[in-house]
Amino acid sequence: MGETGKHLGGPASAGTRRQLLQLASSAALGGMLPSLAVRPAAATPASMQSAIAAVIGDAKLNSGRVKLEIPPLVENGNTVACAVAVASPMTATDYVKAIHVFNEKNPQPNVISVKLGPSAGRAAIATRIRLSDTQTVTAIAEMSDGSFWSQSVEVVITLGACLEDPL
Amino acid sequence: MARALIKVSPNPKRGEIIEIKTLISHEMETGFRHTNTGAAIARDIITTFVVTYNGEEIFSAQLFPAIAANPFITFHTIAKESGTLEFRWTGDNGYVASEQVKIAVA
Repeated sequence: MGETGKHLGGPASAGTRRQLLQLASSAALGGMLPSLAVRPAAATPASMQSAIAAVIGDAKLNSGRVKLEIPPLVENGNTVACAVAVASPMTATDYVKAIHVFNEKNPQPNVISVKLGPSAGRAAIATRIRLSDTQTVTAIAEMSDGSFWSQSVEVVITLGACLEDPL
Repeated sequence: MARALIKVSPNPKRGEIIEIKTLISHEMETGFRHTNTGAAIARDIITTFVVTYNGEEIFSAQLFPAIAANPFITFHTIAKESGTLEFRWTGDNGYVASEQVKIAVA
């Protein structure tokens, strides 16, 4: 009985316990630091803007004609249904040349770029994408007359795509 | 090897706009993840997807790591004539997969 009490409350054992805790926490911190250092830089709204600029060049980005459908609240960022439809007659002289999708906060701003032609009949595509965080997704349509149209949608993600999860 | 699923109406009317749904099994490793020991996992994704209709390219897509695993892509085309739709996926590490679907236009 007396022996156990000494062990629990003795100043000497308290000291070792504190040292042990300090050692453990510093080890944990040390283990954490390298993983923070190797974390890839996330795409920022600025990098999304430069990715968009790389596609549209100096052309003006109009808003409208594009309909980007993504659920506003997503539980799992690993698969998010994403559909883009563009209002266009899709004739030989007036059609959608390309559709691009961009995001703000994934490690890379690009999501998908597709090329279409008048033979598509309807400028509508659908796919499933990954989103790492709550962010804005932008779809841009390039028309045959050289104009660009876009729509942006804000998406709330509860559980992001596991970019950092160790295997 | 890779398993691809294609869904397209087999007997469309001439001039009808048909929807084509494609799905291929691929894990689409982003290249942004790390193992427990901190080693980076190399990127392994499908980068391009091209569809031809009787030899003429009707659709192509450039994919990025932000596409979910097992890429699912839906698009449209006009059923002009009977023939073959050929789907071709290419990616990192020499990945190539292709699939053909015949359609008979009424």
